[in-house]
Amino acid sequence: MEAVVKRLGVWALVLLAAIAAIALTPDSGFAVHMGIVALVAVILIVATVTRYDPMARAQGIFKMPPGPSRYDDDVIRWGVIATMFWGLAGLLVGVVIAGQLAFPWLNLEPYLNFGRLRPLHTSAVIFAFGGNALIATSFYVVQRTCRTTLAFPQMARFVFWGYQLFIVLAATGYLLGITQSKEYAEPEWYVDLWLTVVWLCYLAVFVGTLVRRHEPHIYVANWFYLAFIVTIAMLHVVNNLAIPVSFLGSKSYSAFAGVQDALTQWWYGHNAVGFFLTAGFLAMMYYFVPKQAGRPVYSYRLSIIHFWSLIFLYIWAGPHHLHYTALPDWAQTLGMVFSVMLWMPSWGGMINGLMTLNGAWDKVRTDPIIRMMVMALAFYGMSTFEGPMLSIKAVNSLSHYTDWTIGHVHSGALGWNGMITFACVYYLVPRLWQKDRLYSLRMINWHFWLATLGIVFYASSMWVAGITQGLMWREYGADGYLVNSFVDTVAALHPMYVLRMVGGLMYLSGAIIMAYNIWMTIAGHLRVEAPMGDTAHDAAADRPIVSPPHAQPAE
Amino acid sequence: MSKNAKHSDVFESHKRLEKSVTLLAVATFVVVAIGGIVEIAPLFWIDNTIEKVEGMRPYTPLEQVGRDIYVREGCYLCHSQMIRPFRDEVERYGHYSLAAESMYDHPFQWGSKRTGPDLARVGGKYSDDWHVRHLKAPRSVVPESIMPNYSFLADTMVNVPDPGANLTALRRVGVPYSDTDIAQAKADLYAQADPQADAGDLAARYPKSQIRDYDGDPTRVTEMDALVAYLQMLGTLVDVNSAAAQEQLTREVGR
Repeated sequence: MEAVVKRLGVWALVLLAAIAAIALTPDSGFAVHMGIVALVAVILIVATVTRYDPMARAQGIFKMPPGPSRYDDDVIRWGVIATMFWGLAGLLVGVVIAGQLAFPWLNLEPYLNFGRLRPLHTSAVIFAFGGNALIATSFYVVQRTCRTTLAFPQMARFVFWGYQLFIVLAATGYLLGITQSKEYAEPEWYVDLWLTVVWLCYLAVFVGTLVRRHEPHIYVANWFYLAFIVTIAMLHVVNNLAIPVSFLGSKSYSAFAGVQDALTQWWYGHNAVGFFLTAGFLAMMYYFVPKQAGRPVYSYRLSIIHFWSLIFLYIWAGPHHLHYTALPDWAQTLGMVFSVMLWMPSWGGMINGLMTLNGAWDKVRTDPIIRMMVMALAFYGMSTFEGPMLSIKAVNSLSHYTDWTIGHVHSGALGWNGMITFACVYYLVPRLWQKDRLYSLRMINWHFWLATLGIVFYASSMWVAGITQGLMWREYGADGYLVNSFVDTVAALHPMYVLRMVGGLMYLSGAIIMAYNIWMTIAGHLRVEAPMGDTAHDAAADRPIVSPPHAQPAE
Repeated sequence: MSKNAKHSDVFESHKRLEKSVTLLAVATFVVVAIGGIVEIAPLFWIDNTIEKVEGMRPYTPLEQVGRDIYVREGCYLCHSQMIRPFRDEVERYGHYSLAAESMYDHPFQWGSKRTGPDLARVGGKYSDDWHVRHLKAPRSVVPESIMPNYSFLADTMVNVPDPGANLTALRRVGVPYSDTDIAQAKADLYAQADPQADAGDLAARYPKSQIRDYDGDPTRVTEMDALVAYLQMLGTLVDVNSAAAQEQLTREVGR
């Protein structure tokens, strides 16, 4: 009882503080955000007072197995559902803004203009879809590879819900125009502080679980998860250093200016790719690929070299986002050299993943989940080759500021991050909900082909768009004058922008098929379908000849 | 044989790291910290990172409000403010950008994508009237444009609770606003967009500041006034073609 009263008091204080902030702030966006915080506090007060157990209710809705399983999997089940939800939301916004670039009348000012929706798209897919996948899989993997349950189970639940609050505050903020304009670090100071608290709790749960392990060694996937959590904490804190205008308003000004601000931002920005989208997802690869293939990781030594060289080299690569800018030359060159070197550990990791399939390559034909993992690794290899190439200054002088960069990012994000996440979710759902198998394997096949074709449309249209634009900008006529005005290059890209939207739509439809498949699996249905990968069998032909046919004379 | 033995020793000793969370976490942190320290820290103390040029000054309160609107609307997602030193870019947009030109930019707005043209030197290239019509309905002046409409800016009053507080926050991160600038912030903000008001010594404290009505409606100060004021001053502070600036640039080493 005392605990209930204490908890009530805390939530009431949060509610009061939020109401006071709403009353005092002159900033309407900040007031909306404090309203969201107040709403959360009210829900928690109602939940505490009535002893109404929202978790149990939700567990009913999502048909979660009752009672404690051997491992602490509730947070992971929530994480899988959140991954699917935010994935669909992020992809949908992506298709919308792709449409806006082809058909500008799709902009609805002020809230749904491209400039406000674009950070919503990037944050939703990177931090909401990717972040939930990383939190869920890291909690799953760390328990299994340490043979223990999560340390601080309550804190693990706080990490999940606190992270969802971060996502909601960030996403609504973009629509209201609350942004500090640093790409992939747009949320304002108070949302950043909240994420810092959540992230340190995440670190505590993860490290605490490692400490409780019953295995002598820490498995390689956990090195990558640990590097991801530690490095993101460092990057997030440094890049978001800022002075707020008022503690009752959303606006702040970055602690750095100009050149220093630019390099700090791209040190952050490139390593959001390097550690959030690469190290974290490599951790998923190092656990789920061997599990699904039923084979051990190809090389232990390669994974050691892969790990240390990858995390050491990635950090240096940021300046390649600032080639030929006012950043000093020495920093640009350093960034280029390290980016090119980064090719090697990246491919080392890809090889370690692909060669894990040695002896199980036949599964690429029969197991659509393995096929997705192989495709993810192939796209990882492709985009980690393209990246170093684009970071060479001569290439960058053409590609920078064009859609080639956008195409590169999406072959990595859709091909590598998306595909490996889908494969892991397909792996996890039957195990987490204790089902014999997924609702349908053939639907995974549909998903696989829609996603792959979607990426092909997306990447190739953006290659053409980027190179076209880069060449048109620098085209000189025989008279020695520039041939194209800027808007000529915009008009020339229209067909490519339409094709890109088609690719995005295909990728989104694949994800919708997946959501349906996952939903039916959780609901306990099994689709009646022909198994995949069977050799053709004709029962009518499978019998001895009883009466041999007489030879027919030729005409 | 001995070579192989040596190699396996390296991998043997790695097992110590695999058995201790503390060692692994500390080693990881050290390894990932090195690159950032070596690349970023020197930018704060190497002299020639930012060249010394005449003319840079902090933004006027109205320009700063315009800049905050530019950030709020995500303009940087489609427009860069960083001209690279290539023949075509210099001919299209003007002299390549200098580091000094963004020395008071918290945060920087160099951008990473040109869905629309670079804006680093857009100031003075078009009339105020063109900007207002273009922002309200871009396709009315550039039919092929894919820019969203921003007509609401013309109907939204500038609403900054305390312009002085914004300048104070900027001073805390290193922008040299004087006490007078901060005390006068609110008056400066409205005076710059209102030809009837007394601008006082605004033009003296902010050299090259342009004092006039921007949005075509002198009776009120809208977000359109602020944004156009910001666009019209971009790239106008440093006279990059002046002899002194050119001489300074030729002496620059390592750029």
